[in-house]
Amino acid sequence: MNPLALWFHKMGSPPTFYRLAGRFLPWLWGIALISGAVGLYGGLVLAPSDYQQGDAFRIIFIHVPTAWMSLFVYAFMAVNGFIALVWRIKLSETLAMASAPIGAAFTAICLATGSIWGRPMWGTWWTWDARLTSELVLLFLYLGVIGLYHAIEDRRQAARAAAFLALVGVVNLPIVHFSVNWWNTLHQGSTVKLFGPSLIDPRMLWPLLTMAVATKFSFAASLLSRARVDLLELEAGKDWAREVALAEERTP
Amino acid sequence: MSFGSTQAACRALIVRDLTLVWRRRGDALNPVLFALMVLVLFPFALGPEPQVLGRIAAGTILVAVLLAGLLSMDALFRSDLEDGSLEQLVMSPHPLSLLLACKIAVHWLTTALPLVLASPLLGELMNLPGPVRPVLIAVLALSTPLLSLIGAVCVALTVGMRRSGMLLALLVLPLYVPVLIFAAGACNAAANGLPIAAPMLWLGAGLALSVVVAPLACASALKISLS
Repeated sequence: MNPLALWFHKMGSPPTFYRLAGRFLPWLWGIALISGAVGLYGGLVLAPSDYQQGDAFRIIFIHVPTAWMSLFVYAFMAVNGFIALVWRIKLSETLAMASAPIGAAFTAICLATGSIWGRPMWGTWWTWDARLTSELVLLFLYLGVIGLYHAIEDRRQAARAAAFLALVGVVNLPIVHFSVNWWNTLHQGSTVKLFGPSLIDPRMLWPLLTMAVATKFSFAASLLSRARVDLLELEAGKDWAREVALAEERTP
Repeated sequence: MSFGSTQAACRALIVRDLTLVWRRRGDALNPVLFALMVLVLFPFALGPEPQVLGRIAAGTILVAVLLAGLLSMDALFRSDLEDGSLEQLVMSPHPLSLLLACKIAVHWLTTALPLVLASPLLGELMNLPGPVRPVLIAVLALSTPLLSLIGAVCVALTVGMRRSGMLLALLVLPLYVPVLIFAAGACNAAANGLPIAAPMLWLGAGLALSVVVAPLACASALKISLS
């Protein structure tokens, strides 16, 4: 067998994944913590004050990376859900369902920080602006996926049903992303651009991008931690899970 | 062994579902009564000033119709699941999505169409401004099938559960929000004398898309929950 294909098939098997994920985890948490510390220091201490918003803008270093993550995690969940539905890979089901609560948490943080930011800047905690509303709908979609997953008895069938719902909800992603361009309401347009120069001072940009890296790695780390536990639970009757449990017991 | 043509199967299914509704004619009125009850609550809660009611009339009617539709969605597969005919549908040699499209169409005819027909009465009760009335009927005619189609997908996902009411609302309402936004947008534009073409076209496009996609999605969702 082609070594790459072999590696891919091995990764899909729960025991191999469990072992490999356990080896990656300290590194992922480490990178997430270090880049998070660097990004926060750069954003909260080194970056200059905004000419208009003063120091209040610094919440951007939490708000924007979590907003990006809220969409990224949903896309990740939907892609894994698609794989789970089409190829019935157990690992994809686990990954999709493990990412849902993390994505919901990022979305909730994004909404909360946006609200805290909006109070001094716009004079209101909440407004029915297109971006805010679609982000709130995104949170409800996450909660629906989590709710459906926990409402069905059979874990694997529940994962497939919830993954299907996640796929249906993908229609909301472009709405969230383009809402500031389609509807000209209170929320500002994007200042960081993938193509072409960004509209933000480079001294503010690098901490923002560092925070984006930190949130990506913290997502990866918590995803793998959750997926490991879920796999152990799902495969509780299997030999490898018993071996893991016994090994844990032996080490003091 | 022959199974008969797909057309005959669809016709038999439609006749069966219509007969079932006809045998229990009283139940068919429930969504209308529910929407009426919800609407009656608003004048009690907000006060009976005609100007206030007229300004919120279109939105409240839309929400009442949406909630009535949501409550009736649960019945789409309930009795079929209990008597086992749903499994027969899934196992039948005819395309499941087509059969489900027939079921959804009958469901829309018997639960949502009475609501659309009753909407002038609801508008009269809520003192709806004159120019908005035809727009409201047109909006309801476009959006209620859309709601039924979207809802059917989520109902199919929850079909095996015993208590799915609250969960169904959590699954369906986020997907209903865009429909509600465009429907209310058209009514508000009409109330302000603005052109209503854009939101109407959005609703039409959504309806066209979901007529094609939703039965297929509903079929695969049903297969997941019955597997």
